[in-house]
Amino acid sequence: MAENVTPRVRVPRSAAAGETITIKTLISHPMESGQRKDSDGNPIPRSIINRFTCEFNGETVIDVQLEPAISTNPYFEFESLVPEAGTFVFTWYDDDGSVYTESKDIAIA
Amino acid sequence: MKKALLKSAICAAALGGFAHAAAADESASLVINGELEIVTEAPAPAHLDGALRTVYSGWVFRSDETQVMQMDDFDNPGMIFVESGMADWNTAEGTEGKSCADCHGDAEESMREVRAVYPKWNDEAEEVRTLQMQINACRTEQMGAEALKTDAGSMLNMEAYISSVGRGTIVNVAVDGPAQAAWEQGRDLYYTRTGQLDLSCANCHEQNYGNMIRADHLSQGQINGFPTYRLKNAKLNGVQGRFKGCVRDTMAETYSPGSPEFVALELYVASRGNGLSVEGPSVRN
Amino acid sequence: MKLTRRATLLMAMGTAAAAVLPFRASAAAEDAIATFTGGATVGAGGLTLTAPEIAENGNTVPISVDAPGAVSIAIFAVGNPTPDVAIFNFGALSGSQSASTRIRLAGTQDVVAVAKMADGSFVKASQEVKVTIGGCGG
Repeated sequence: MAENVTPRVRVPRSAAAGETITIKTLISHPMESGQRKDSDGNPIPRSIINRFTCEFNGETVIDVQLEPAISTNPYFEFESLVPEAGTFVFTWYDDDGSVYTESKDIAIA
Repeated sequence: MKKALLKSAICAAALGGFAHAAAADESASLVINGELEIVTEAPAPAHLDGALRTVYSGWVFRSDETQVMQMDDFDNPGMIFVESGMADWNTAEGTEGKSCADCHGDAEESMREVRAVYPKWNDEAEEVRTLQMQINACRTEQMGAEALKTDAGSMLNMEAYISSVGRGTIVNVAVDGPAQAAWEQGRDLYYTRTGQLDLSCANCHEQNYGNMIRADHLSQGQINGFPTYRLKNAKLNGVQGRFKGCVRDTMAETYSPGSPEFVALELYVASRGNGLSVEGPSVRN
Repeated sequence: MKLTRRATLLMAMGTAAAAVLPFRASAAAEDAIATFTGGATVGAGGLTLTAPEIAENGNTVPISVDAPGAVSIAIFAVGNPTPDVAIFNFGALSGSQSASTRIRLAGTQDVVAVAKMADGSFVKASQEVKVTIGGCGG
């Protein structure tokens, strides 16, 4: 079970209708690969974020499948269209069943 | 500067083209979040007595990709830990039920000039204190809280938070007055060879910075960027933990983080960076 | 030099081992890529993979992919024990078919990106990333 998992996202506060914006996300998570051993030589079980999604007003922007080769504290940068004012919802799915979400509103300037 | 650049270019070329590409653009300038200008190169402080002409932040020795990660707080994973430190700053703890903020208010103001002058002499305690020692003195004496472990989790988070609000201020550690004895002890340690490899700090970081040690680009070993987020272990690393790693790698028995020897060494090494900006939490390999 | 039967046998085994080791690594990667493409022919062009020529540490290597018109892009690290790294699926509101992330590389190897285009075709791009090791193990 990962501790202190905190999502962070960066989304502009406003955009022009139809504009393409850049979004960055970072979540604190060890991304334990399952390949490592502890000091007694026992394998440390895999525990990763295995999926990340970003939706805007219910429509998919990006849907990512993550493997253990994604670095600790998974970071993503991608672009989204902003057709209208609304809300981005970001969701991270953990191997242990935990789901972490964050949302950000964006206005039309 | 020209000479240092040339030196590293020649060395990199000598070790093969592979090494050359690993060498960073040392003329790059560090501006964080597009506005916070960081001094990564400065005339060496007088007390170095000509041992170095110019001091350089470790940032200039890193690859372009590593450099970029420190140029935006969102891209810098060290800021995750700063956020934890900020939360702790505002959390009441101990028998007095006080938080850091209860006495010190907004850290962005009260702590702005603090990182740059540590380690420093404490008159009452009659000792040189690192910032971590001062944090623990506050905790045990003012808050009635337990001391945090040197160079570990919560302590590094707090140190990173206090450093982060001081980014851009110029390191100015006092080397004379009551701190002088500890400073001289630290200087002696810096120049003492240790271990089976028989290396002192100076052998690598004063005499060979800019050169490649295997595939790694040797820095001056400046600590203005600590605590630092290392790509290697994906977490914050403290100064004295790094000292321990370096000494261990000479195949020597090392002092422990928190020992008087490492406190003296931290004072001395910090003073070698007088003139550079506070940079922590930095990003290094 | 006189070749004994034993020496010849050892040399042959050595050659076999040398030939087999990299092959095994790429076989797992071939399988992983085939799983993504369904065994379809993979072309080139229209996909940009950006990765450092030299990574200072294999634990955190920044990479970017960009394939205008793609529906998804998969990334593989062919020299890792498990070659799969990530699959980016682009939705209706994606502003571009591009993304950046940070990945783990077990050592110097090729990073491969494969994009599935809107018409169902596949294209591939690859780049070698040299992973350096620290100065004195620190």
